[in-house]
Amino acid sequence: MLSSNIKGVTSGFPLRIEAEKVVEKQVELNAAFLKNMFTKIEWKPFVDASRAMGYAELPDEAESSMLESDEFLQKFHHALLELHLEEGALVCPETGRRFLVNKGIPNMLLHEDEV
Amino acid sequence: MKLKQLESLLGTLQQFSNPKLELEQYPTGPHIASRMLYTAENSFGDVSDKVVADFGCGCGTLGLAAGLLGAEHVIGLDVDSESLEIASINADDLELEMDFVQCDIRNLIQRGNATTSLYTQLVSMSSELGTLHVGQIVDTVVMNPPFGTRRKGADLDFLSMALKVASQAVYSLHKTTTRDHVKRTALRDYNASSAEVLCELRYDLPQLYKFHKKKEVDIAVDLWRFVPQKNQRNTL
Repeated sequence: MLSSNIKGVTSGFPLRIEAEKVVEKQVELNAAFLKNMFTKIEWKPFVDASRAMGYAELPDEAESSMLESDEFLQKFHHALLELHLEEGALVCPETGRRFLVNKGIPNMLLHEDEV
Repeated sequence: MKLKQLESLLGTLQQFSNPKLELEQYPTGPHIASRMLYTAENSFGDVSDKVVADFGCGCGTLGLAAGLLGAEHVIGLDVDSESLEIASINADDLELEMDFVQCDIRNLIQRGNATTSLYTQLVSMSSELGTLHVGQIVDTVVMNPPFGTRRKGADLDFLSMALKVASQAVYSLHKTTTRDHVKRTALRDYNASSAEVLCELRYDLPQLYKFHKKKEVDIAVDLWRFVPQKNQRNTL
């Protein structure tokens, strides 16, 4: 899950995304992979995350039968693999601690007093 | 892709320009890296169409080798931002997608709630994976961990984490002199359901640091394949 890792923080989930810059990359669609991934993710936070990155095409709820639709697969694929948070932050919902994302790389290193 | 071709592509990668001794940054040579991933793919099917994480990825050699062999998604974790920059350039040069997260794998271990925090750290890579349970999504971990010569136990800290994260297999290099200890610890303490040395390799260590007296040293390392217990990921 998108959760925070600061000492004492129990749930810290999900990290909220603050998007400053989102880039899109073309990735080839792999239906078998997507179907497998679908069973492993929590849909609601996933939808919220993609909305925070400016993509609002995903439905609020989804079930596995929808994977038969090419249109749905395409959207799921796009949100999962083609949207990249280039600049921004991941914010711990409990403490407000911000983990900066620079050049697409989140920095999750903790300060000494947080370990 | 043929083994030779993989090895030669990996040979083009940029390596540490300014290696940091305290992190035991030694490049994973193309010879070893290509054999490690080639075996993982061709003998065990642990790479293509899988999510692969490279722990302590450094310049990204192992992760990129996984990408070249058809991994669906590759994630590199390292504590050092300079290494991640080089790894990112290497990925661009090979025209491969690889995600990176800056985090400290070793630190996690020293904390009481290691699993929770690891989980968390891994999830940060969700910048593009949305809110995936990364603890569940990683199929295979590949790594060339610090051998623990500078900081005792660093190699096993990595192994412990890797076995918590991978759902399918962990490939790792450890000094041959530590073979019995690695095996015992993996099976007894880290919940591995199997721990197998696939082969013994010569790790040619170029003279990187001032304290190295010889120009080049060969050390014997084992290429391991560990299988985590299936139910373990549920505890993440």
